[in-house]
Amino acid sequence: MQESQAEMMDAAEARPDLGPEGKNATNAAKPRKRRRLKVAHPERCIGCLGCMFACSRTRTGTVSLQNSAIKIQTQGGIEGDFRVVVCRGCQDPPCARACPTGAMEKRPDGGVVFHKDRCIGCGSCEKACLVGAITLGKEKKPIKCIHCGACVEFCPHGVLKLEEVPASGG
Amino acid sequence: MLRKVLYIDLSKEESWVEERQELFDKWMGGTGVGIRLLQEECPAGTDPLSPATPIIFSIGPLNGIFPVATKTVATFKSPLTGELGESYAGGRLSLALRFAGHEAIVIRGQAQQPSYISINDSEVKIKDATSIWGIDALTTGVILRDREPGVGRRSIIRIGPAGEAAVRYAGVVVDTYRHFGRLGLGAVFGSKNLKALVVSGTEHVDVPDVKRYKEVYNRLYKTAVQTDVMEKYHDIGTSVNINVLNWLKGLPTKNFLLTSFPEGEKISGEMFAEKHLLRRLSCAGCPIGCVHIAALKTAFSTHHEFEVRKVSYDYEPIYSLGSNLGVVSAEGILQLIDVCERLGLDVMSAGVVLSWATEALENGLITSKETLDVPLQWNHVEGYSRALENIVKALNEFYAALGRGVDYAAKKYGGMEYAMTLGGNEVSGYHTGPASIVGQLVGVRHSHLDNGGYAIDQKAIKKPMDMETMVDEIIKEDDSRGVFNCLVGCLFARGVYTEENIIDSLGTVGIVKTKEDLQDLGKRIFEEKYKFKVQEGFDLTSARIPKRFYETVSSAGLVAPETIEEMLRLYRKKRGWS
Repeated sequence: MQESQAEMMDAAEARPDLGPEGKNATNAAKPRKRRRLKVAHPERCIGCLGCMFACSRTRTGTVSLQNSAIKIQTQGGIEGDFRVVVCRGCQDPPCARACPTGAMEKRPDGGVVFHKDRCIGCGSCEKACLVGAITLGKEKKPIKCIHCGACVEFCPHGVLKLEEVPASGG
Repeated sequence: MLRKVLYIDLSKEESWVEERQELFDKWMGGTGVGIRLLQEECPAGTDPLSPATPIIFSIGPLNGIFPVATKTVATFKSPLTGELGESYAGGRLSLALRFAGHEAIVIRGQAQQPSYISINDSEVKIKDATSIWGIDALTTGVILRDREPGVGRRSIIRIGPAGEAAVRYAGVVVDTYRHFGRLGLGAVFGSKNLKALVVSGTEHVDVPDVKRYKEVYNRLYKTAVQTDVMEKYHDIGTSVNINVLNWLKGLPTKNFLLTSFPEGEKISGEMFAEKHLLRRLSCAGCPIGCVHIAALKTAFSTHHEFEVRKVSYDYEPIYSLGSNLGVVSAEGILQLIDVCERLGLDVMSAGVVLSWATEALENGLITSKETLDVPLQWNHVEGYSRALENIVKALNEFYAALGRGVDYAAKKYGGMEYAMTLGGNEVSGYHTGPASIVGQLVGVRHSHLDNGGYAIDQKAIKKPMDMETMVDEIIKEDDSRGVFNCLVGCLFARGVYTEENIIDSLGTVGIVKTKEDLQDLGKRIFEEKYKFKVQEGFDLTSARIPKRFYETVSSAGLVAPETIEEMLRLYRKKRGWS
């Protein structure tokens, strides 16, 4: 549980500009909303990989492509189109269903919370995600997007967007 | 950060890693480490195409870690000039080297049969390339993509038939749209039976102080994307200079017979952007996206059947294969660039070779007997395409001579006064005034990017500058770019990397330097490079300047030979050589 709380705090810290609304997303007086990363304009990607570096820098403090939860893939080299792969924060997440230990836990609001302490590194979540948004890191633990939006600020072409969706929305 | 050099011996088919902390401490990385390794590895007077000469790739301490530090430098002995070979390429190579954990690679020897090198983290394999020998540079990339690991984070660099045939200005294609274009690295690859090098890695870098790292990163990133220091590269790209230089009478046209091109509008950067620009791409780690890709759509039947080729363009190829050859259409230029891409030729040298040949044919120094009836005429795109193929095939003595560069061909057939080389290297697309000529001549690799002489000329047009100031500026740029090239940043981003920003960014990776340290490093690197150049026969006092430079008006008016002589005298004096 500690692990997952740490992750959620990361998300808030990474977006200091979210403001009070963003940090109090569970405020009962308003309709419940959550923030979700969206690939708004994949065709505008220039392949700079700035988002991947932003992700690993912000979340792990490393310079790395492997530690990034967002992935820019090439299809037929850079002559082809780029594919931008991010976690969709599914309403009924297959990764959570596939996880044998409850390490990937479905959040009531949608999306999943990852409990690293429960993870046995079996890779079932990676296989279950059709989008390909989960990869296993060096410790065989999944690298998963927390929808913090750090990547959004380092995309020079507005490919990525942090959107607000109804808390239960898929 | 562990500072290692990976050695690969093609003759012995083995590789090993040596820790060279001291080398990196003293020479930083990139071009500083590159020139020192060249001195270690390349005995004086070696044939550049013999197994005894090395190929060295190096990156610097910021590559992959900071924005726009995206280049890799190749250091070798140039088969074109016979002296220092130094060429820079972007793409994904520096990032792949960083994450594979190799800051410098030395390739020695010669493979017994066509081969390629595959580097995947610490694993190095020399593999058979017999079946892809002879295949064009683009297709080679397509084939290796399916055979090698690391999709999305690797770099594939390869030669085309020009490199295999040892055309002295064959380049190496990097990730399709970038190149080690200049000074013949492709021929050195070919001479080693080396078709390609594939690099990928999965390492990461830990920085000592993450908070400070993020601060400096954000500052540099913002400078690159939010201010106007790189504006030119965002929009039209470098080709915006076609119109600018055309107006300034600095755009070399028809082998420098003219410096303004009446049809310039038709091949301007604005025209390319409006009619042909398909998309922009960036090198990994750069938010700018200056790589401009055009779609060249041509019908191959009358039934609406088209072939579409994606071709990258920039100012220099539009000059060399465009205005310089009197080509009046963007489509024609794109076609010629595409031919060079496939053959693996340096577009700049190729264009200048063709422009010399066109004039030599006009003047009767050569005839249709030599050209094998290929119409080498201004604006004859088909003729030029065929000539490029013939050069690579070395179809006869004439085409074989063209494959050795303009100097060689002019020595054989005449026309030396319009053989447009400086230091043996076919010149860049500027006739802006004396600083451009002197800058390219004294520059360590005889490139306009050694010291940006063309920019000094343009400054002098706005506000008159005496010869001494110009020479001082050239020296300052020579040395400061030497430092920047140790970090192997993109020169387009030199406005982002102020001295202060360099010191701060180095600090975040644990390298402490002062302004004085950096200036000293710049000087030392320049001196080491000149030691190598002089050792291999370069002599500034007897270097040839084509007469054409004095006959055709430049942006600064007609340049007098006395001006160049005086500037060279000042240069030598200030360098302490006289």
